[in-house]
Amino acid sequence: MSGPLTLTNDFVVKFANVNGSGSASANSMFAKSVLRMGVPVAARNIFPSNIQGLPTWYEVRITGAGHLGRRGGVDLMVAMNPQTWDKDLAEIEPGGYLFYDSTKPMPASKFRPDITVVGVPLTALCNARYSVPRERQLFKNIIYVGALAALLGIEIAVIEQLLAEQFAGKDRLIKANVEALHMGRDYVAETFKPLGLQVRRADAVGDRIYVEGNMAAGLGAVYGGATVCAWYPITPSTSLAEAFTDFCQDYRTDPETGKARYAIVQAEDEIASIGMVVGAGWNGARAFTATSGPGVSLMTEFIGLSYFAEIPAVIFDVQRGGPSTGMPTRTQQADLLGCAYASHGDTKHPMLLPQDPGECFEFGALAFDLADRLQTTIFVMLDLDIGMNEWLTEPFKWDDSRQLDRGKVMTHDELEAGREFGRYLEVDGDGIPYRTYPGVHPNKGAYFTRGTSRNPYARYSEEGSVYVDNVQRLLRKFKTAATLVPGPVRKDARKATRTGVIYFGSTTPAMHEALEILEAQGQHVDALRVRAFPFSDEVYDFIAAHDRVFVVEQNRDAQLRTLIVNEGDVDPAKLTPVLHYDGTPITARFIVKEIGGLMGGATPTTVRTSVPEAAE
Amino acid sequence: MTYLAKPRLHHPSLVPNELGFTRRDYEGSVSTLCAGCGHDSISAAIIQACYELDLPPHRVAKLSGIGCSSKTPDYFLGASHGFNTVHGRMPSVLTGANLANRDLIYLGVSGDGDSASIGFGQFAHAVRRGVNMTYIVENNGVYGLTKGQFSATSDKGSKSKKGVVNHDSAIDLVSVALQLGATFVARSFSGDKAQLVPLIKAALSHKGAAFIDTVSPCVQFNNHAGSTKSYDYVREHNESVNRLDVVPLRDPIHVDYAPGTTVQVTQHDGSVLSLHKLAEHYDPTDRIAAMSYLAQRQAAGEIVTGLLYVDPEATDLHEALETVETPLNALADRALIPGSGVLAKLNATLR
Repeated sequence: MSGPLTLTNDFVVKFANVNGSGSASANSMFAKSVLRMGVPVAARNIFPSNIQGLPTWYEVRITGAGHLGRRGGVDLMVAMNPQTWDKDLAEIEPGGYLFYDSTKPMPASKFRPDITVVGVPLTALCNARYSVPRERQLFKNIIYVGALAALLGIEIAVIEQLLAEQFAGKDRLIKANVEALHMGRDYVAETFKPLGLQVRRADAVGDRIYVEGNMAAGLGAVYGGATVCAWYPITPSTSLAEAFTDFCQDYRTDPETGKARYAIVQAEDEIASIGMVVGAGWNGARAFTATSGPGVSLMTEFIGLSYFAEIPAVIFDVQRGGPSTGMPTRTQQADLLGCAYASHGDTKHPMLLPQDPGECFEFGALAFDLADRLQTTIFVMLDLDIGMNEWLTEPFKWDDSRQLDRGKVMTHDELEAGREFGRYLEVDGDGIPYRTYPGVHPNKGAYFTRGTSRNPYARYSEEGSVYVDNVQRLLRKFKTAATLVPGPVRKDARKATRTGVIYFGSTTPAMHEALEILEAQGQHVDALRVRAFPFSDEVYDFIAAHDRVFVVEQNRDAQLRTLIVNEGDVDPAKLTPVLHYDGTPITARFIVKEIGGLMGGATPTTVRTSVPEAAE
Repeated sequence: MTYLAKPRLHHPSLVPNELGFTRRDYEGSVSTLCAGCGHDSISAAIIQACYELDLPPHRVAKLSGIGCSSKTPDYFLGASHGFNTVHGRMPSVLTGANLANRDLIYLGVSGDGDSASIGFGQFAHAVRRGVNMTYIVENNGVYGLTKGQFSATSDKGSKSKKGVVNHDSAIDLVSVALQLGATFVARSFSGDKAQLVPLIKAALSHKGAAFIDTVSPCVQFNNHAGSTKSYDYVREHNESVNRLDVVPLRDPIHVDYAPGTTVQVTQHDGSVLSLHKLAEHYDPTDRIAAMSYLAQRQAAGEIVTGLLYVDPEATDLHEALETVETPLNALADRALIPGSGVLAKLNATLR
């Protein structure tokens, strides 16, 4: 590659900042301004487990083609953090660009000959105009947004509009921010020419919304009818419970009395959180907790109780890098096995696997219907990438004719009419028994709930045959679950092929982009996105219809592959793992390299692989 | 335990209460505990208290953890839903159940292992939150089901049946409950039904976190010389500060104690607690004084029993959370789902 990069609506800008410097809102405004020009973006925070002082990055992929996965590599580095200068510089693609604060002169040895350098004396500009330290810090961020707008062709009026919305009603702040914005723009306009990287107005965003998965899942819980939330703060799930709290205040406050149609408790730990959820579920309220891997580890005894005593519960697991404390602010899909088989004894639990915030909302609501219908714990498996980053996603939709499915609950009138009630009695052949809410009837329908073995009428029994009948029924119920959870989504290659790929969750956008690239290379792969566990027959039919199936996931041990093999008696040799687990979101480049390489027979042409992916 | 099933026929002398239920209607399955177990006396006291209070049995939810004590909810209130949860975690399950339906009466039964060891944290936090419940610890100072290990409420220096001396200091759940803000705190003895039944009645009518520590000797593993939780020891060292009568709201109030020795406390639900004072100057509405008195008597080797503290103005978790009057588990879809119009507006803010 020679000369500076020339790319329109298809490049990556990375901001290297210091945590707590107020850069987050400026960076987010930068991304949103591109969106407002009708060009899709995929933005990701890369941050430490820290409140102030450590390095943090924000990566914005500007993608007219709508590839929302992380691309890898950087075309323009906004290097605002001296601590990470060397590493940040090394990450820039050959022919790429560097934007930095040139207030302090840097020796030539600190730069690279193959990149274009844009130095703006941000600190000097700021200090000349502002005297309050906090103002100097915050306006510096807005100044660089103005400078970047001029360099990249972002319409300044769009940013002014965003500032007006952000500070609506605070005219003084709007004015001050616009002034700082112009200061950056004007300096650059007088000093530099626009870069080879340009944003050009397009119409590729449509009516999509830009939102975090945790917020979407919290909203899903509201629409799913959840009334009890018990939780314990843990990264990266905290903002899910907080979003639920905010939405409840807005949408669940009784207009006449001002009272809450919900109860949210910040519990003393994750054990108490899930205990409250189980207690509320037992008593007929829809309840959930939001947590991450370490929290699920603590909850496992209760998850087993929910499985065996058949009590509805919903757990949102926003996965982070494990094991142990692992990488708390990095992303992984490494809790699949831990959740699928959580707790001692023979247990298994349904899991929903949303691909983006849109599905976080949809599955977030659906989880409560499934929990009531199946009378067991339902996991909704987000990860940090979906949960804590804003994603471009389909707008939220709700069918107003939809009713909550409360499952098999025997009512007072049914009991009164003499209908037979056995809490663990198989009635309909689907493995799902009827339950009653406590207090329903003066002398019918009461039962004693316990984690010990019992007969179909809930009476204590350690009789072997009684136990076996009961756990066999639970297996039938699990089969029923496979028919109720969202089925897989298939996407066939343009040409018939005997090669397939299975993937799920936040891998989706990178996978879709990779499939396009592979197709362009003449490598045809049929794709199946798994959306839930247990797997429906379609998953096994797909495997049977292909000679080789790649299973792409973001963990070390090929956990989805293990589940597929274990639950479906599939020959492991047929399933080739493709694994990405360094804590950064998987990229199309990685998938293409792995699958393309393993398939062979074609030469990669369109992929730039000159710079290795940085592992922050 | 007895292997004789209870007869189905009601004894003709069983008198129905206001609701038409007899005492028999408040009973449960046959106990599987050892003959003479203090816990069975507590079950009997719970039955008597519910019967005397005219509670509809099915409107009580009874929850427990794991252990001998936690098996007992099967042995009373057979028409109530019960939940034998996991070890030490009854408080959280009860809290969740209470959040789901504020209209039921919540009775938590636990033991000293369940509440003072594995579940000490959950006990503390449920009390702090002011969950509207009656929380009874059947305290025998020993792990019965696993055959005689010390529990965290065993007094320092007390001896196990095997002769081992306990060298850890004891957790006094009553002192802890007072410190944590329980709004009703009592201690009693399983062998003192006259004291225990009114205490349970008062606790059940209390709106807030009501805690009763009930010393309940384990006849198998902790009823020997050297134990401080034996029948003999407790009888010899029991210092009762008051005797209680509970007068529900609907009954005409008449008190036959001599003036000057009786304190009347009207609870939130209108029920009146008439406390016949046995200890001089003991004021059960003064939390600080109660803590100080307990500490003094404890130092003198006495087990103080009676209603030790009550806050007649107690509030509960639902009040703190400002939840609607309708139980959350009874809210209709339209009260829960904001609908598509709200989503359209929300979508517009996310572009």
